[in-house]
Amino acid sequence: MVATQETIDKVKEVSQSYKYGFVTNLEAEKAPLGLNEDIVKFISKKKKEPNWLLEWRLKAYKKWLTMKQPKWAMVDFPEINFQDIYFYSAPKTKPKLNSLDEVDPELLKTYEKLGIPIKEQEMLAGVAVDYVFDSVSVATTFREKLEKEGIIFCPISEAVHNYPELVKKYIGSVIPVGDNYYAALNSAVFTDGSFVYIPKGVRCPMELSTYFRINEQNSGQFERTLIIAEDDSYVSYLEGCTAPQRDENQLHAAVVELIAMDNAEIKYSTVQNWYPGDKDGKGGIYNFVTKRGNCLGKRSKISWTQVETGSAITWKYPSCVLRGDESVGEFYSVAVANNAQQADTGTKMIHIGKNTKSTIISKGISAGKAQNTYRGQVQIQKSASGSRNFTQCDSLLIGDKCGAHTVPYINQFTPSARVEHEATTSKISEDQLFYCLQRGLDTEQATSLIVNGFCKEVMKELPMEFAVEAQKLIGISLEGSVG
Amino acid sequence: MSLLEIKNAHLKLDNKEILKGVSLSVNKGEVHAIMGPNGSGKSTLSYMLAGREGYELETGEILLEGNPLNEMSADERARSGLFLAFQYPVELPGVGGMSFLREAVNSRRKFLGEEEFDHLGFVKEARKEASKMFVKDEMLKRAVNVGFSGGEKKRFEILQMAMLKPKVSILDETDSGLDVDALKIVSEGVNAQRNKENAIVVITHYQRLLDYIVPDFVHILSDGAIIKSGGPELALEVEKNGYAGLINAA
Ligand SMILES: Nc1ncnc2c1ncn2[C@@H]1O[C@H](COP(=O)(O)OP(=O)(O)OP(=O)(O)O)[C@@H](O)[C@H]1O
Ligand SMILES: [Mg+2]
Repeated sequence: MVATQETIDKVKEVSQSYKYGFVTNLEAEKAPLGLNEDIVKFISKKKKEPNWLLEWRLKAYKKWLTMKQPKWAMVDFPEINFQDIYFYSAPKTKPKLNSLDEVDPELLKTYEKLGIPIKEQEMLAGVAVDYVFDSVSVATTFREKLEKEGIIFCPISEAVHNYPELVKKYIGSVIPVGDNYYAALNSAVFTDGSFVYIPKGVRCPMELSTYFRINEQNSGQFERTLIIAEDDSYVSYLEGCTAPQRDENQLHAAVVELIAMDNAEIKYSTVQNWYPGDKDGKGGIYNFVTKRGNCLGKRSKISWTQVETGSAITWKYPSCVLRGDESVGEFYSVAVANNAQQADTGTKMIHIGKNTKSTIISKGISAGKAQNTYRGQVQIQKSASGSRNFTQCDSLLIGDKCGAHTVPYINQFTPSARVEHEATTSKISEDQLFYCLQRGLDTEQATSLIVNGFCKEVMKELPMEFAVEAQKLIGISLEGSVG
Repeated sequence: MSLLEIKNAHLKLDNKEILKGVSLSVNKGEVHAIMGPNGSGKSTLSYMLAGREGYELETGEILLEGNPLNEMSADERARSGLFLAFQYPVELPGVGGMSFLREAVNSRRKFLGEEEFDHLGFVKEARKEASKMFVKDEMLKRAVNVGFSGGEKKRFEILQMAMLKPKVSILDETDSGLDVDALKIVSEGVNAQRNKENAIVVITHYQRLLDYIVPDFVHILSDGAIIKSGGPELALEVEKNGYAGLINAA
């Protein structure tokens, strides 16, 4: 098979030219367990990276060594042993299944509930059928259309080679290598991710979705994404997938950087549905993400919309640095935590430019014995006269063993700014439930309806088809939590 | 066989006996009115029938078309054709009226083995019924009952009844909060749904409603028991003399 031969060649080449002090088994596609400088070099070499990027990775690694795992989030888990993780494994071809009959029936049930068409189900589950070729041709048309507009959309590992000056200029420009523990780690060992460049004056004609990323490799646990929108451009980017995602890697630490120039707008939507673990949280994924957007230009705008239903632990604060005058930052979030899930999520809005504006709408839903924390910082610098923020944090509790917490930090250094914060906590009342039941809806339908009503302001920010699936997904995540 | 049969229903709330042996038999095509002083147990009776959690019978039996309801959950009862227009309709923030109605109607249709409505088909149907009840389209776009006036809430309840086509409808003080014109519109809406196959139980304090929705039987519920039953003239007697005389005589 071509892919395997390629990998073997790569490993051969690498092991000839570099001495690691370990014997590389050609069959094994993993780097040895644990993390040290050699592993960082190994990854960079495998990807044939230019020297500047290796230097950059090593800087991050050295920084990381001096840092400690953060403890301030309201999440509880045993300390991660980084010497017990594989930091590089060659992209695996998914096990090929011959039909949907071979797929885990649990998974199929969920696909069905989500209303995912059979063809897509097959693709998600990794069934080898003809139409995979269809999807390749779809991807090709897609790519041609984008190229015509001068838009670049490719794996970041490819961008490093094809557009080195862009990557070099912007990578780490929003989130410096030493920004935080997990960002430093990601910078040292990231394997792949997306790169998007929208030229001046171009409105990207379609939603860019990771789903369509040409290179269908698994980007692994340390994903890195970089999106640049030049003056007067627009792009909407969709990350994730509503279908349940299983992954053998427990720790995920992605980094996403967005840059918006004058009058540019970036809309970044995420649906995160990683495996949350069993009812006690065993086996679930830890999702420690750093996402930040830089509104560099005047009147630029960055919107984060997220629907977080998966993972055992979520630690995530998509943020905006509002540097350009009159720039706008938005954060719309729904975070669902059920059973033993723990979510500590929120945003940071840093107002630097004059008359900048930010809006934060956060909807937290807790069920089972889950803990759901909103943590948000609004900082209005001295320079940011006339700026405004509006924050609304609503929590919905289902049952009485779960918890919701709101932790707002507000630092205002200019008197001419206006900061508003509203917070509510509510429960699904018995009256509401009974009213729905009396109309013939079952408990799950009723819960899903009420919960989706609660999230409506956020859902309407999602692209249409995505919103419909996300709605169903929230219902599924809460199954069995009422009654 | 009666359409709805209540046999010697006893019910306690918080260890306090609220229903003390209620029996009632409702046949197809009939309209029954239940009147009674505040706190006599009228709403409790309706919740009990609808299967609200916590309103399970201590002893007694309820049958819908001969099938026992006691073991059925509230949603199963609703899908089987039992409808309750609430005295105090509940607000559902963010839940659009149209989609709420559609889910409800489709659940019922699915139960009946009828084809479910698609989005467009349903919108058409809902608009048709809504216009009969003078419910504006705009109201269907809003969240269920949120910010509705008292009268609007009641109209929306009867619109739901019209769309769900239940076998037995219990209307708990649907007339309260309605102005004169609205009372007429809502009553006409209810009357339009009367037929030989279904039955309606109206709970009310006012004889005025019964001028529009003329009942076949009137029952007086007092302190958790039906103390007197009769024809429409019984309502006139209550209007004239109040409950005191009836209660004392019982
Ligand atoms: N959870 C409860 N625990 C104890 N008593 C209750 C409970 N709920 C209702 N009650 C009592 O039960 C009695 C009957 O109440 P219900 O609401 O059925 O009266 P009603 O006939 O509908 O009155 P109204 O005409 O005012 O609507 C009242 O005395 C009420 O206080
Ligand atoms: Mg009452």
